[in-house]
Amino acid sequence: MIWEQIRSNQVKSIALVVLMAVLLLAIGYFVGLIFFDNWIAGLIIAAIVWGIMNLIAFSQGDSIVLAMAGARKISRDDHPRLFNVVEEMKIASGLEKMPDVYIIDDPALNAFATGRDENHTAVAITSGLLQKLNRDELQGVIAHEIGHIRNRDVRLMVLLSILLGAIVILSWYATRFLFFSGAGGGRRGSSKGGGGGQIIILVVGLILMILAPIAAQIIYFAVSRKREYLADASSAQYTRYPEGLASALEKLATSNTQVQKANKATAPMYIINPLEKRSLSAESLTSTHPPIAERIRILRAMAGGSYADYERAYKAAKGGGGIMPASALVAQDTVGLRAASEDTGPVESVPQKIERARETSDLMYKLDNYRIIDCDCNTRLRIPPNYRSPTVRCPHCGRIHKTPNS
Amino acid sequence: MGWVILIVVLVLVVIVIGIVVGMYNGLIKLRNAVKNAWAQIDVQLKRRYDLIPNLVETVKGYKNFERETLEAVTKARNVALQASSSGAGVAERGKAEGELSGALARLMVVVERYPELKANQNFLALQEELTSTENKIGFSRQYYNDSVLKYNNQTQMFPSNIIAGMFNFKSGEFFEVTAEAERQAPKVNFA
Repeated sequence: MIWEQIRSNQVKSIALVVLMAVLLLAIGYFVGLIFFDNWIAGLIIAAIVWGIMNLIAFSQGDSIVLAMAGARKISRDDHPRLFNVVEEMKIASGLEKMPDVYIIDDPALNAFATGRDENHTAVAITSGLLQKLNRDELQGVIAHEIGHIRNRDVRLMVLLSILLGAIVILSWYATRFLFFSGAGGGRRGSSKGGGGGQIIILVVGLILMILAPIAAQIIYFAVSRKREYLADASSAQYTRYPEGLASALEKLATSNTQVQKANKATAPMYIINPLEKRSLSAESLTSTHPPIAERIRILRAMAGGSYADYERAYKAAKGGGGIMPASALVAQDTVGLRAASEDTGPVESVPQKIERARETSDLMYKLDNYRIIDCDCNTRLRIPPNYRSPTVRCPHCGRIHKTPNS
Repeated sequence: MGWVILIVVLVLVVIVIGIVVGMYNGLIKLRNAVKNAWAQIDVQLKRRYDLIPNLVETVKGYKNFERETLEAVTKARNVALQASSSGAGVAERGKAEGELSGALARLMVVVERYPELKANQNFLALQEELTSTENKIGFSRQYYNDSVLKYNNQTQMFPSNIIAGMFNFKSGEFFEVTAEAERQAPKVNFA
């Protein structure tokens, strides 16, 4: 179960964080030797860069991420269905505090979770995805995101991405500086006129500065991929309905719009990689996410909704070892799946799709402070915030309505 | 030499006590989680009692809406509410709640025959709330069972089973839904 899973993951996670930290300090060490002839100065610089980034990330990192993604917070009245689904999954996962719900005005299909700790969490979903998914699929996606929160992936990924960021920044500036100021720079002129030892330090340092960011990224992406599988397993466990997420992923895979405000740093947070061209391609060292086709295949092969069921399906699909931490599988057997919700037949009706599209666009208008009037002739009037006249005429039937106060 | 042995023994004792305390607290935490999960089910059931009068009020306005269906829902709701407030047995409550679920499901089937009702925004909002509340009841029961599984594992597995035996931690009972109409609720009874 989750609790043991977190514990086992923590050991490995700490090892990874330490490994990345060592990489960062190693770079600091060489920066110090090359530029200041003093390795301690380099370590201090590395620690300061790291410390500042940590401070920012853990005091307001979640709001920065949400702002960068262009996410806007919504309330229950804005979209009751989305809110209810988040609440349902909060209950199923045993999360204590309801996450904030955000929406991103973007036709691309994606979602992510973020948060500093269990009391400050948020799930964000693009308007495009909200519009495309039926209730079961939405539930699967939200459960996947809450799985990230429950498995404490958010915090781990923040820690790792800070280290990665610090490594990248430090190496980038150091190599640029070396190239543009001429190897060694003026600083070293005052030193004891370096011999062969200096050159070796320079070469080793340079190689490290080029390789470390790549190595750090590979670690980061590997963790990210594994966490995606785990969150998929959590989603099945919470919803008892892996088909919901599978069918949602299928819809995600067929869309090829990229999220506009995503970038390399925020990519691992999304449910599928927001930058990659959707080519269902094979897993590679630099993918943040496992191939969608594979995730779907595993979910569809699940015979029940438990972690043990996911592990079996995973082994069957990939061959060889499993993915779940052993402690997550303790005394776990298969648990039954539930049936599809009533409103989600195999084929979606057109009115259903239209209704969802309308719902979502109403939500986006409301967030932009438009006022909405339902005319008796079944026309929906959307009045822009800068419309000041006290009355408005329905363009369809000519009825006069009072303009509501915004 | 003597005091070295003494210190070693003392350190060992402290470590053992530490482990025992840790396991004991772990069990307490899990047991409280089970209790809390059980309480969450009641929160959702209460939400359902609160929603039904609104629903009945909205639907009543429609001409020729089947009286019996509405009355059955109201009656089942009152029976369930009665059972919950009078502190009836858990099995009895479970039965009442099961009947309420059945009555509501029948109401939703009947609603399909009233297209005007299905176009009513007010009704649609209520329907969403009811559907979600039904889901939440289901998920809170599911989470209750997940918590019981976690707790029971801990009370039965070595070495925490020793602590569980010493301090009389009893296994929790699962909530099982046997048939659509009759749902047997377990007794939550912790020492």
